[in-house]
Amino acid sequence: MIPPVAPADARRRTVRPPGALVIKIEGVTKLYKMGSETIHALRGVNLEIYRNEYLAIMGPSGSGKSTLMNMLGCLDTPTAGRYDFNGKNVAHMVDDELAEIRNREIGFVFQTFNLLPRSDALHNVELPLIYAGIPAHARHEKALAALRNVGLGDRVHHRPNELSGGQRQRVAIARALVNHPSILLADEPTGNLDSKTGEEIMGLFEQLYDQGHTIIVVTHEEDIARHARRIVRLRDGLIESDTTVA
Amino acid sequence: MLFSEILRMAFLSLGVNKLRSFLTMSGITIGVFSVIGVMTTVSAMRGSIETGLSFLGVNMFQIGKYPTGMHMSGDARRRIEMRRNITLAQAERYRKLMEDVTEVVCLKVFYRDGAVQATYANRKTEPGLSFGGTNEFFLLANQFSIDAGRNFTAEDVDLARPVAIIGQEVLKKLFPSESPLGKMIKIGGRAYTVVGTFAEKGTSFGQTQDDFVMVPITRFLSDYGAARYTVNIATQAPSQALYNETVDRAITAMRIVRSLKADEENDFELYSNDSLIAAFAKVADAVRAGALVISGIALLAASIGIMNIMLVSVTERTKEIGVRKSIGARRVSILTQFLIEAVVLSLTGGVVGILLGVVAGNGLALWMNASVVFPWDWAAIGLFICTAIGVGAGLYPAMKAAALDPIESLRYE
Ligand SMILES: Nc1ncnc2c1ncn2[C@@H]1O[C@H](COP(=O)(O)OP(=O)(O)OP(=O)(O)O)[C@@H](O)[C@H]1O
Ligand SMILES: [Mg+2]
Repeated sequence: MIPPVAPADARRRTVRPPGALVIKIEGVTKLYKMGSETIHALRGVNLEIYRNEYLAIMGPSGSGKSTLMNMLGCLDTPTAGRYDFNGKNVAHMVDDELAEIRNREIGFVFQTFNLLPRSDALHNVELPLIYAGIPAHARHEKALAALRNVGLGDRVHHRPNELSGGQRQRVAIARALVNHPSILLADEPTGNLDSKTGEEIMGLFEQLYDQGHTIIVVTHEEDIARHARRIVRLRDGLIESDTTVA
Repeated sequence: MLFSEILRMAFLSLGVNKLRSFLTMSGITIGVFSVIGVMTTVSAMRGSIETGLSFLGVNMFQIGKYPTGMHMSGDARRRIEMRRNITLAQAERYRKLMEDVTEVVCLKVFYRDGAVQATYANRKTEPGLSFGGTNEFFLLANQFSIDAGRNFTAEDVDLARPVAIIGQEVLKKLFPSESPLGKMIKIGGRAYTVVGTFAEKGTSFGQTQDDFVMVPITRFLSDYGAARYTVNIATQAPSQALYNETVDRAITAMRIVRSLKADEENDFELYSNDSLIAAFAKVADAVRAGALVISGIALLAASIGIMNIMLVSVTERTKEIGVRKSIGARRVSILTQFLIEAVVLSLTGGVVGILLGVVAGNGLALWMNASVVFPWDWAAIGLFICTAIGVGAGLYPAMKAAALDPIESLRYE
């Protein structure tokens, strides 16, 4: 058993009381068929996540963290089990319905940033608003505000290759938040960053949490997980432990 | 999602691979260019050809041994060549028979033994001179007028006087600084006195219509051998209303003159401006059909090119598609994005092709002295076809893109 991690800076930590139930999964499994072999990426996971939570999902490589995260982010659907997002069962939704939820309810941050390389920061952040059908003027304002919120108000017309790794991840975070999602999901958001920049990004997450965002972070670094208020540990596709830190 | 946004994205993505987009487009450009170029040339020339072919006067028709239908082969051709010439005697008899219907019957023959030249003193015309014999109705029948001097008279023709009327080109060559009237010019070793000059008519199909000399038909036939010539007869109906009746009378008269039995076919041809124009229209249609086939093949090849490039593009941009899907792009948004890209490619190619085609077609037309036209109908058809090609060639790749799985495409490197 790994001992619960200590808070990084106990004095600065705020803990907001949990709000409404956002995510509820029950008996979720995910199988991958590779030829004759079947891989059990998830073997029956139950999890409830409430508004105002800041949760870290940890576990060794291959334990199913990304698989779970993609499912939570409605990028993927479970092989079996139930997934309610804001009270709606999304386990069996079709592509376009999932796209709608991803667009309006979920902000996803990836390890590799996943920005469009030929568009500037502003356009990258505007993209979810474009798919939401928001008219150009409002879109512009919102995207600018989101970029300022992550400290990139002076980099709006830079393309990804003109930004540092940390700045790229900030753009990705601005993009994830621009549509005011119910929840922010981040799969190893610091995995491609040096530890100092990683800390800065985690500082930003701290700020966002204080602003009222609900956050789920996948990581295998204890230092990163330490920022969260609750830590869920996966092993071989099953939840091994679920600890509230603060 | 807003259409303008999709359009902007399409241009952005196409701009990334400028050379590739350009090469793909050029297939469409070539296909559209060929058809628009030909259509522009044909329509630009139609106007001038119709006026050019309307050399016969108002309400006139012409009777001759040969049809105007240019190319004939085999039996049909042989049968026509077997026909007897229309002699001057027959033509005169026809004129008599038509007297109660119309006075205006122009007879004419043109020199056909190679190049002739007109000479005066030490000056001479180019060897390509048109030279013929006719009567006093030549002016009316061919829409010429007299500039100086006089027209032929019935007496000139009856007496086979060695007199001539010359065109403006001949005038310029032989009499650059003196009056031609009363002067003796020589053609083929024979002398003719100039009694008049034709007013200038200008060019048709880039060829001058003023480089010719006419003499009385009687004189011409006795000088160059009546037996070897067949006379063309142009007849003017008294009015539009009487045109058909006049044609019927003319056919009857010709059959009498040619001593045809009731069961024998006409051994002459009757044609009018309209039939000449129809003959041109036939040629134009063949040219158009050819252009359509060629550009059809070019466009088919070009659309395969577009589909190929779009498939490559979908594969290359798998990751981008994954990103777009992960932030909420629906299938239809991805589908339209790629579809619009294909349509923009083919439409841009098409527009360039139309512009080049119009410029080239009009250039050709101008060179042949026709006036400038813009073929709106063909341009519209061209744009429609390009859109259809874009949709047709882009649909499968776009559907492929739209159906991609978000996770797998995000993972694609
Ligand atoms: N598309 C796939 N096809 C087949 N197997 C897969 C696929 N995606 C994941 N897996 C398998 O499912 C299991 C869980 O993978 P997952 O990516 O969720 O692990 P992870 O916890 O995120 O690991 P890491 O820390 O290395 O990112 C692994 O054994 C992996 O090989
Ligand atoms: Mg992972």
